[in-house]
Amino acid sequence: MFQSIGEMTMLFLRTLGSLPLVWRHRQKVFEQFFEIGNASLMMVCILSFFIGGVICLLTGPVLVERGLASSVGGLVGISMCKELAPVMMSILIAGRIGSSMAAEIGSMRVYQEIDALRTMRINPIHYLVLPRLVAIATALPLLVIFSILFGWGGGALVAAFNHQISVSFGSFFANLKDYVNYANVANGLCKSFVFALVIGVVSCHQGLQTIGGPRGIGRSVTKAVVNCIVLIVILDYFLTRMML
Amino acid sequence: MNDLPANSSQRGVGLTVRGLRKTFPGGEVLRGIDFDVAPGEVFVIMGPSGSGKSVLLRHLIGLMKPDAGEIRVGGQPVGPPESASAYRLAMVFQSGALLNSLTVGENLGLYLREHRLKTPAEIVRIVAEKLAVVGLKGQEDKLPSELSGGMRKRVSIARALIIEPQLILYDEPTSELDPQSAALIAEEIVNLQQRIGVTSVIVSHDREFVFGIADRIAVIHEGRILAVGTPAEIRANPNPVLQAFLNVDFKFHPLKSNP
Repeated sequence: MFQSIGEMTMLFLRTLGSLPLVWRHRQKVFEQFFEIGNASLMMVCILSFFIGGVICLLTGPVLVERGLASSVGGLVGISMCKELAPVMMSILIAGRIGSSMAAEIGSMRVYQEIDALRTMRINPIHYLVLPRLVAIATALPLLVIFSILFGWGGGALVAAFNHQISVSFGSFFANLKDYVNYANVANGLCKSFVFALVIGVVSCHQGLQTIGGPRGIGRSVTKAVVNCIVLIVILDYFLTRMML
Repeated sequence: MNDLPANSSQRGVGLTVRGLRKTFPGGEVLRGIDFDVAPGEVFVIMGPSGSGKSVLLRHLIGLMKPDAGEIRVGGQPVGPPESASAYRLAMVFQSGALLNSLTVGENLGLYLREHRLKTPAEIVRIVAEKLAVVGLKGQEDKLPSELSGGMRKRVSIARALIIEPQLILYDEPTSELDPQSAALIAEEIVNLQQRIGVTSVIVSHDREFVFGIADRIAVIHEGRILAVGTPAEIRANPNPVLQAFLNVDFKFHPLKSNP
């Protein structure tokens, strides 16, 4: 475990060291960025819409019962932007994009494509890891913005049409505006940026470490997703603590 | 613009291997390998499967680090392939190792594009030229998955040629190929050596192919070099292990004789 942490730290530092080359690899960054967006945007929107709805459905009647109907918007707003959007979307992206990163790099490793790159004096970190890390670190916070907006939308819809809540769109968003400020949104985006780096580094590291043919690729993908989710949940606690 | 070798000579470069040793958890694979390859020579490393040939080749290009011993190309020690080197080396992998997500043209142009050595228009021209050299003119837009085994090997050779190497390492270039494709590959290797004087180090256990193209042959067995010499010297070598390897043939024991 400690060896893996050390290797991932080294991979991260080497990738950071190669950041000046990012403009040179911009084509690959854009390709990865659009692939992440294409693969995930629709899923992010649908999932977030229903997450917002569920939060409202669970908390709304309780708040209304205690005469706190005016707090429904604030609760949904804060919980979406500070916790649910960054964490849930990071877990979704770990499963959707982290797994594909580990599988793609893993199969390149198994089928000697990475060795072929090296013999052409092309550094696999510059060619494979850097574009993926930059793409996911920019795409995930953007996806989280969509997630927050759709989550709020889902919450507002449930608040308006659920007969136990019956809070109008106007008062839902007015209340949300009172509670949520830019710092809360920035808090969620910072978290998602850190989680994106974790997903990128863990998935690329697992891919680069792949050995043993198709079974090895499967093992790497599973390990990448599981490690990403575990790290996201653990880091979430510490980041939340830091940003309280 | 790039950190590539300044040495632009087209001539081949010599190779020296001394006391090379490598141990894996399963046991010692290379047990003190010594040999020299002269510039412009076609040198074949031959031996049965599992004798350490491919591991040796991976050491020669720097993909593996030896436990002991030394490899020098043109007098310079060999480091990791990404590090700066005074000479240009290329490797043709057994599987071809083409990047499956790229087209044939993109695979060939990758080296020039990534190191920014040529303009896009020049890259297109060079790619077409190298594909023509290996008899695959007009195949730029195909994906590696659309090619046969022999075609993939030839694309892999074309990709190596783009580097304008002074030393090419071939890992089992005729494995999985039909005799006609194997003959084409052999012809291509000899042509290259005659045309640009490149040094070729080939790992193979295809006897017919080896004796057809080699200037010298090294026979490796259980991680040690059994013999080094010209094809005639190897054939005449009385070593029983070597002779057993060279003369092994299928033995059929029919279940019943034909009436």
